[in-house]
Amino acid sequence: MTGPEAAGAGAPRPAGASAGGAQRPPLRREDVAHVADLARLALSEEELERFTVQLASVLDHAADVAALDLRDVEPTAHPLPVCNVLRADVPRPPLDRDEALAGAPEVEDHCFRVPRIVGEAP
Amino acid sequence: MSAGPSRTARQIAEGVRSGQLPARAVVDEALAAIAAGDGQVRSFVSVQADVAREQAEAVDRAVSTGADPGPLAGVPVALKDNLCTRGIPTTCGSRILEGWRPPYDATVVTRLREAGAVLVGKTNMDEFAMGSSTESSCFGPTRNPRDATKVPGGSSGGSAAAVAAGFVPLALGSDTGGSIRQPAALCGVVGMKPTYGLVSRYGLVAFASSLDQIGPFSSTVEDAALLFGVIAGHDPADSTSLPQPVDDVVAGLRAGVAGLRVGLCRELVDDVAPDVAARVHQAAAILGAGGAVVEEVSVPELRLGLSAYYLIAPAEASSNLARYDGVRYGLRVDAPDVAAMNTATRTAGFGDEVKRRIMLGTYALSAGYYDAYYGQAQRARTLVVRGFARAYERFDVLVGSTTPTTAFALGEKVDDPLAMYMSDVCTIPSNLAGHPAISVPFGTGTDGLPVGVQVLAPALGEAVLFRVAAALEAAAPASGAR
Repeated sequence: MTGPEAAGAGAPRPAGASAGGAQRPPLRREDVAHVADLARLALSEEELERFTVQLASVLDHAADVAALDLRDVEPTAHPLPVCNVLRADVPRPPLDRDEALAGAPEVEDHCFRVPRIVGEAP
Repeated sequence: MSAGPSRTARQIAEGVRSGQLPARAVVDEALAAIAAGDGQVRSFVSVQADVAREQAEAVDRAVSTGADPGPLAGVPVALKDNLCTRGIPTTCGSRILEGWRPPYDATVVTRLREAGAVLVGKTNMDEFAMGSSTESSCFGPTRNPRDATKVPGGSSGGSAAAVAAGFVPLALGSDTGGSIRQPAALCGVVGMKPTYGLVSRYGLVAFASSLDQIGPFSSTVEDAALLFGVIAGHDPADSTSLPQPVDDVVAGLRAGVAGLRVGLCRELVDDVAPDVAARVHQAAAILGAGGAVVEEVSVPELRLGLSAYYLIAPAEASSNLARYDGVRYGLRVDAPDVAAMNTATRTAGFGDEVKRRIMLGTYALSAGYYDAYYGQAQRARTLVVRGFARAYERFDVLVGSTTPTTAFALGEKVDDPLAMYMSDVCTIPSNLAGHPAISVPFGTGTDGLPVGVQVLAPALGEAVLFRVAAALEAAAPASGAR
């Protein structure tokens, strides 16, 4: 298991020793503001306050799992022993282009149109 | 309002197939019941009356020409609004998808149509299936048909309520941590989560992909088995779909429980409300009287399920819901650049519970916390799988409660997410393991509200699961205002 590492602006503070029996630091407002930013969500001051308390209570409950020594236990990502499923490569009619674009907020020349991505506004 | 359907799905299909019962009359009856009663229950977010009547007429034409109209001929079915329906709005109870019309049908929808079922409408749900009360829907809450001051459970609360109110004999929901079984228990109907991979997830809007599974709601165990038989089976469009054939679960339904080994699972009964626990003990006694060998069993690993689930499911959700970015479908809130547009759109489009889960998942996956939270949860998931494996060396099925309590009051838990999450504590372990489980109505609590007894089986144990459920149903005390 890797140790804690910084993650950009508003970085979470070191999580103590890596998994297994370590005491987790309490969740701070800055942590919630940071993950909200990563998840592209804007929070008001009131929401930041409320969500910090609520998320901290869920993480406190998860302390039972976080505290276990599970170094020798394999992780389960998926319940089935099925992997690398391939189907026959048979051509078939694709989804109609106009239909695929029909739900988009803005379309131009058969493409999804978005606001400016880089540079200054014109 | 809680009259229950006048006919079961099996009775309707038999009547329609024999030509004695017009499918058109059946669907008209369902539409009239919805029009009369759903103003109060609010189980549907949209009703497709014209489409339903056309489908019913097509079934009647098939019958009159001697063609096979399918095993669910003329049976009205409601669909949770996270199942894609071509050209019909599919909202997931979220503002961010309001008005979106999918360009394709979910595989289960195609299978239902091919089986002759008549799709009458889309049902209310917690936003993106995140919740246990159907209160996080952007459309507002659904009410429990047994008591309008109570929640119907969730997240598939609309589907459970639509069946409990007698609007339709069958409905589909999705179950990620109990979202079929918990509302079924709270509304007094049958709800079943299949083995992971038996029912295609193609066209089910993703919440937590390693846990999500589509399953049936009905008034009777036999109807649930019929619907399961129609929707289960391999689908090349879902890479997690199991390739093997599916057992016939209807044929052996009345075979009884003699000789079966039944484990009364202490972790699924010791901590629940005393009146609910009493019903589970009564159910175990009935199976014993039917010839099953019933013993208490402890699977302590199941106690890790809740914590593991509320790290794993939000982690998967935070990834799955990244697609709602205001570019390809649904809501867009304009802003000068793309990043600001993404943020403005997601901030306006998602409700509080979805935001909480996305942030929790993002946190559990973020640098410095990944091993401590997500990694630990995945390892705890392994322990849950091992605990079940040990129990199933000795038992064919486990029984316990579906929920810790009967239906709680509207608004009671909306400001306390952890208290809300606790209502999934008995259902979550089966999702983590990918196992099938079913909730069967079994009498009432001291408050007169329905109690659900849960039967759990190992992967692909559907035949024995339905058999035990049918035995419980046959001996169950009345579960409310039927």
